[in-house]
Amino acid sequence: MSAEGYTTADGRKIGGVLMEMKNITLRFGGVKAITDISFDIREGEIRAIIGPNGAGKSSMLNVISGFYVPQEGEVWFRGQKRAPMRPYEVARQGIARTFQNIALFEGMTVLDNIMTGRLTLMESGLAAQSLWWGKAQREEVAHREKVEKIIDFLEIQPIRKTPVGRLPYGLKKRVELARALAAEPKLLLLDEPMAGMNVEEKEDMCRFILDVNDEFGTTIALIEHDMGVVMDLSDRVVVMDYGKKIGDGPPDEVRSNPDVIRAYLGVEHA
Amino acid sequence: MAATDELTSIPALLARNARLYAGRPAWREKEFGIWQSWTWDEGAAEIRGIALGFLALGLNPGDHVAIIGRNRPALYWSMIAAQMCGAVPVPLYQDAVAEEMAYVLENCGARFVICGDQEQVDKVIEVQDRLHLVEQIVYVDKRGMRKYDHSRMNALADVEAEGKAGHFRFEAELEARIAALTYDSTCVMLYTSGTTGKPKGVVLSNRNIIETARNTSGFDKLRPGDDVLAYLPMAWVGDFIFSVGQAMWTGFCVNCPESAATMMTDLREVGPTYFFAPPRVFEGQLTQVMIRMEDAGRLKKAMFDRCMKIARRVGPAILDGKPVGLGDRLAYWIGDKLVYGPLKNTLGFSRIRVGYTAGEAIGPEIFDFYRSLGINLKQLYGQTEATVFITQQPDGEVRSDTVGVPSPGVEVRIAENGEVFYRSPGTFVEYYKNPESTASTKDAEGWVATGDAGFFEEKSGHLRIIDRAKDVGKMADGRLFAPKYVENKLKFFPNILEAVVFGNGRDRCTAFINIDLTAVGNWAERNNIAYSSYQELAGHPRVYETIARHVAEVNASVAEDAVLSGCQIHRFCILHKELDADDGEMTRTRKVRRNVIETKYADLIAGLYDGAASVATETEVTYEDGRKGAIRANVRMMDAATVTPNRTPDRRAAA
Repeated sequence: MSAEGYTTADGRKIGGVLMEMKNITLRFGGVKAITDISFDIREGEIRAIIGPNGAGKSSMLNVISGFYVPQEGEVWFRGQKRAPMRPYEVARQGIARTFQNIALFEGMTVLDNIMTGRLTLMESGLAAQSLWWGKAQREEVAHREKVEKIIDFLEIQPIRKTPVGRLPYGLKKRVELARALAAEPKLLLLDEPMAGMNVEEKEDMCRFILDVNDEFGTTIALIEHDMGVVMDLSDRVVVMDYGKKIGDGPPDEVRSNPDVIRAYLGVEHA
Repeated sequence: MAATDELTSIPALLARNARLYAGRPAWREKEFGIWQSWTWDEGAAEIRGIALGFLALGLNPGDHVAIIGRNRPALYWSMIAAQMCGAVPVPLYQDAVAEEMAYVLENCGARFVICGDQEQVDKVIEVQDRLHLVEQIVYVDKRGMRKYDHSRMNALADVEAEGKAGHFRFEAELEARIAALTYDSTCVMLYTSGTTGKPKGVVLSNRNIIETARNTSGFDKLRPGDDVLAYLPMAWVGDFIFSVGQAMWTGFCVNCPESAATMMTDLREVGPTYFFAPPRVFEGQLTQVMIRMEDAGRLKKAMFDRCMKIARRVGPAILDGKPVGLGDRLAYWIGDKLVYGPLKNTLGFSRIRVGYTAGEAIGPEIFDFYRSLGINLKQLYGQTEATVFITQQPDGEVRSDTVGVPSPGVEVRIAENGEVFYRSPGTFVEYYKNPESTASTKDAEGWVATGDAGFFEEKSGHLRIIDRAKDVGKMADGRLFAPKYVENKLKFFPNILEAVVFGNGRDRCTAFINIDLTAVGNWAERNNIAYSSYQELAGHPRVYETIARHVAEVNASVAEDAVLSGCQIHRFCILHKELDADDGEMTRTRKVRRNVIETKYADLIAGLYDGAASVATETEVTYEDGRKGAIRANVRMMDAATVTPNRTPDRRAAA
C-alpha cells in the first residue's frame, strides 16, 4: 500500500489519505475509552470500525466527527492538523454523519428533514429566507433540486411529504442517510447503519451505501456490529477491543488475525 | 378523407401532431418531485433522435425491439422510434421474472432490448448467456450502470446523442424507412398473459391500432386537451391503445407517474380527464375511503353518510341526464359542495369525463358508489386479439352487470354453446410463429372466438358475460357450473381478495378464499385482534366466522338464480398464502390459473370433499428475487350455510 493509494479487489481506485488519526487517546475522568490508536482513512474508501460492545467504536467515531476532543494525539483532515472546533465547523469541512439512535425531526416531513442537511450550504441570511424573495428563493430552488436528486437516489419518493414520526424504523434510517448526503460530504460517518434491521432492509442499505460510494465517490467510515455486512462492504477494517486497536487491514486479513478471533470468540482458559 | 388516408402509421400521426399541436403538452413525467413536460414538437425531436441512434446501432427493418420498464416517456418514444426504423416494438411485463422473460425474448428473437433501469438490465443479462440473440441493450436510467461491460450496452441518452450527431449519415435512410410503412405493416406485438400455456405473441397492424383508436376516440368524444395517466403495464394492450393509439390519434397528453408507489398521489395531482383502471383499483380506493371514514369524527361521518344516501338515490340519474326533481337536484348540489367534490378531488377524479373499467366483473356497490359521485365510470369488454374493444357502454346507458353494446365497427355474434364471437377492424393479424393457434382462434371469415360465454339482453341490447366458456361446466348431476359467476360475487366483499370455486363434475361446490390483508387487517386492528403474519390472520377463528357469513350471503344470492343454484358453496377454506403470479398461480394480470391451483393444492381440495376438519400442508413459494421457500400450515375446513332452492329437480334437464 503506497502513499498514493491502492486498487481494491473489485477494481476501484482508492486515493491518498483523507483523514489520519495519530496516537489518539481519549479519557473520561479515569476511564480510558481509547488508548493510543492510529489509523488512516483514504479517499474513496469504505472503512469500517468493528469491535465487541464497549470497545470504544462510537467514541472513535465521535473523535472523527470532532464531537470529542482527545486528550492525546492528533487528527489530520485533508492535510491539515485539526484544532478543536464546534460541530457546525466540522460540518462545513465536509463531514456528515448518521446516528445510532436516529436523530431526525419527528414532526417535520421527510423533505424538510433532508433540506436541513443543506443548511450549512445556504448563503442567504435569516431575514432574506423568511421573506423568501430574490436570491433566497433562487437558492432554495437550487437546494430543493439537489435534495430531490437524493430522494430519487434513495428511492423514497412515496414518503416525500410524510412526517418522519409516522415512518417505520428502516425508512427513518434511510431518511437520515439522505439528510447526511444532502450536505454533500467528503467524508460520511455511519454509526451502525444496519442496527435493528431485517435481512431485506439490510440488503437495501448495503446497496445504498455501495451506490453512494460509487456514484458520488464519497468516502465512508462506518461502525457496524454485523460481521457479515462489514466483511462484504468494506475495503479495510479497523478492529478495536477494550479501547485498543487489535487489527487493521482488508477484511480477509482481519478475519484470520488470531487477536481478532480471540476478541470475538473468546479463548479457552488453560 | 384524403388526410386520413395518409395517416397509416404511428410515425405519420406523430408528424401530424407535431404540425397541428406543436406547443401543446404531449408527455409528462413526474421526476425529482416536479412534473416535467414535453410538447409534441419536443417529443417528436426526441423520438427522431432515438430512431437515428437505433439506425447507427444497426437496427434492421423487421427486427423486434423488446421494451421493459415502468411507464416512462422515454420508453414510449423508443417504441415509436423503433416503428420509424421499420422494426416492431414488443413491450414486456416489467415484473416478469427472468425465466418468463427468456421465453418471450427467444420467441420474438429480439436483437435490441430497451430497459428502464438496472433491475431490468440484470434480468436481460441473466438470460442473455443462454439466448445469444440479444445484441444490444439500451437503458434509460444510468444509475448503478457504470461498472457494466458496455461493449454491447448503451444509455438511451447516448444513443440519441449519437443519432443526432450522425443525422447527415442516417437521415435519408430513416426517411426511406418511414415512407415504407403501410397500413398493413406491424405496429406492435403484444404477448397475451396466457391463462393457459405459454404466452402467444399477438401481431397488431397499423390498421388494427389506428382504426380502433379512431372509432373509439369518436365514441367517447376524446379531444386534444384530455389527460390520461399511464400507469398500467406497457405490455398490456390497453396501455398501448390508450397511451399510444388513442393519444396519437386524438393528440391528448400522456402522464407518467413517478413510481408505482406514488401512483395515487400522482393521480391526484394530474387529475386525468380520461381514465382506465381494473376493478381492483376502484375497489382499493373505495376500501381506503371507507377505512378513513370509520376513523373520522362523528360530524364528518354523519355528513358523509347523509350525503352519500342522497347521492346513491339521485346521483346516477343526474349523471345519465334523466329527469330528477328540483329538490333532489338542490340536495345533490349541496352534497357536491360539501362531500362529493372534495372526495373526488382527494381521489384524483375531479376532472374525469370518461372512466373505464374492465378485465373482471366489478361489484355493483363499488360501481354505483363512483357513479353516484358523478364520475362517468363505464364498462368495456375486450381482449388483446381485438385491440381491446369488443363492446363498451355508451354514455347514459351504464349498468354494472352488462358490458355494453358492440364498439363502432365491431360485429358480435353468440354461438350455439353461448360463446361470444366478434369480427372487427381491430381483429389481430396472427399469433407470431404459431399458425395452428391462429387458425383455431380466427376462422377464414375473420370471426374470432373470445372463449367467453355470454348473451345479449333482449331489452337493452347489451352484452352480458357469465364466465369463461371452457370453465363453464356441468356438475355430477348435470347442473350448470359457472365458477367465475360465484367467485365474482364473493370478491365483491371487501374482505375477500380472491376466491377459487371448484365443483366441475362433482356433486357439490367448494371454494378457496384469499382474504384482503388491508381490509381484514384494519378490522383486526379495530377489534384488538393480534396477528403476526398473513397466515395467522387468515386462520383466525373470527376471520373464519366473518367469511362464513359472506359465503352464506353469496349462497342465498346464487340460489335465487334457478339455473345456477347448484353452484352454492358447501365447504370452504381460507388459504394460508396469497395467490401470486410469481408462483404461477395467477397470470400477470391477476387472473387465477385453475389447473395450476388444482394440482398444487390437491391435498386441500381433497380435504374439502372428504369432510376432514383440517389439512396439514406445505406449499412452495417463490420470492421476488427468484429464490424458493416453503410455507407449512394447518388449514381449517369449514362448512357453509346453503339455501335449498324452491324449484329444482325438474329444471335440471333444461340446464
